[in-house]
Amino acid sequence: MSLQLKDLYDSFREPNTIKALSQQIKKESLKLKEPLYIMEVCGGHTHTIMKYGLKQLLPKNIEFIHGPGCPVCIMPKERIDHAISLANLDDVILLTLGDMIRVPGSKTSLAQERAKGCDIRPLYSPLDAIKIATENPDKKVIFFAIGFETTTPMTASVLKIVEKKKITNLYFHINHVLVPPAVEAIMQSGEAKINAFIGPSHVSVISGAKIYSPLADEYNTPVAVSGFEPVDVMESILMIVKQKNEEQTKVEIQYSRAVTLDGNIKAQEMIAKYMTPRTHFRWRGIGDIESSALVLREEYAQYDAEKVFAEFLSDEPIDDHKLCICGTILKGLAKPSDCKVFGTACTPNTPLGSCMVSSEGACNAYYRFEEI
Amino acid sequence: MCLSIPSKIVEIDEDNNATVDTMGVKRLVSLDLMSDDVTIGDYILIHVGFAMSKIDEKDALDSLELYTEIVEKMQEEEKRQLIEDDDNCPNRELS
Ligand code: SF4
Repeated sequence: MSLQLKDLYDSFREPNTIKALSQQIKKESLKLKEPLYIMEVCGGHTHTIMKYGLKQLLPKNIEFIHGPGCPVCIMPKERIDHAISLANLDDVILLTLGDMIRVPGSKTSLAQERAKGCDIRPLYSPLDAIKIATENPDKKVIFFAIGFETTTPMTASVLKIVEKKKITNLYFHINHVLVPPAVEAIMQSGEAKINAFIGPSHVSVISGAKIYSPLADEYNTPVAVSGFEPVDVMESILMIVKQKNEEQTKVEIQYSRAVTLDGNIKAQEMIAKYMTPRTHFRWRGIGDIESSALVLREEYAQYDAEKVFAEFLSDEPIDDHKLCICGTILKGLAKPSDCKVFGTACTPNTPLGSCMVSSEGACNAYYRFEEI
Repeated sequence: MCLSIPSKIVEIDEDNNATVDTMGVKRLVSLDLMSDDVTIGDYILIHVGFAMSKIDEKDALDSLELYTEIVEKMQEEEKRQLIEDDDNCPNRELS
């Protein structure tokens, strides 16, 4: 048997396999001494769980708690306001990725500013920043970089090209955040009832499954690093239930076709060369977390938009919309359906909070898939 | 934005870029984050224009084999259950 591309798409979504795993989970779950509250840290998993209705395939004593792993969802308003201020400066082209453009800041969103005439462009790949900067030598091109460990080495890679090609009009506004400190902060607060984790897929591809070991040790929680497909998630849950029944608390890799214990070393070296942890970063709803995000190293200050354009940027924290409970959801303390304006005043077309904007946000996933 | 897609390498150029096949769609991605051992025919994961890891073919096949087994096991059990149910049916002799 040889692997076909089709297998990598279809086989991991095969309904019969999902059903078989669901039955095994149900059987094993009869032995559980306490209910399982599994936090799926990553928004990609939240999406899979909702899209394939995996909640309905689990016994009553297993529940999902949605985690903070959606880079768009956790962006606090003051950072979005940074992007908006930068985009409004003369001769600036502001670049960012994906859904970021639609997240509301304190007054408006990047999408609204673009409609008013600011030059704001969503990128498919950070590499496009190079092309745009080279084609627009008389403009200041600012890349508003977002994402967890997964996307960070790509930003570093772009900076490497900027150095090599001596590009002088491309700046970086770095908002890269780290998974372990955020999860640690949630666990430390002790508010959420979490006793197991589904570890992120592609953060782990880069950083390696080893980054969750301290978590598993400290809080006695099984961790299964899972792929994004529904079969992956179901198999990970089975692994967690078995660990619980055997009273184990280790980090297991379900997504072994792509994840190793050590991760992608070359990518880690790229990150370390250009970036270093920030003293602290404010996460939407969760608050300030020490060393939970990255910043360009001092040597690269000339590329750092936060330093170059410091006089136009304010770091004053800005709270969420009064009715929005994204923060409570990101901490694993509430579900989207607990929000009073969910699906009424707040929908994907009229998002009040960030969790409704991104396709990886819990509110967005509930809105789109809950009924089916 | 973190969803990345399995693709197959069909060509590698001198700038360390690869042309990949993503379910019939061809696109160009950077191999800058990969170590040197990637070659044509490899399966890789792509994220925002970069290859970020190779997919371990043997591992993927092992998983698929395991899934086939558990599905077969489930179907056998279901069949057995059907027969058992039938054996236990109190009305069987009457009909
Ligand atoms: S439904 Fe909208 S307002 Fe409510 S928590 Fe979600 S994003 Fe915030």
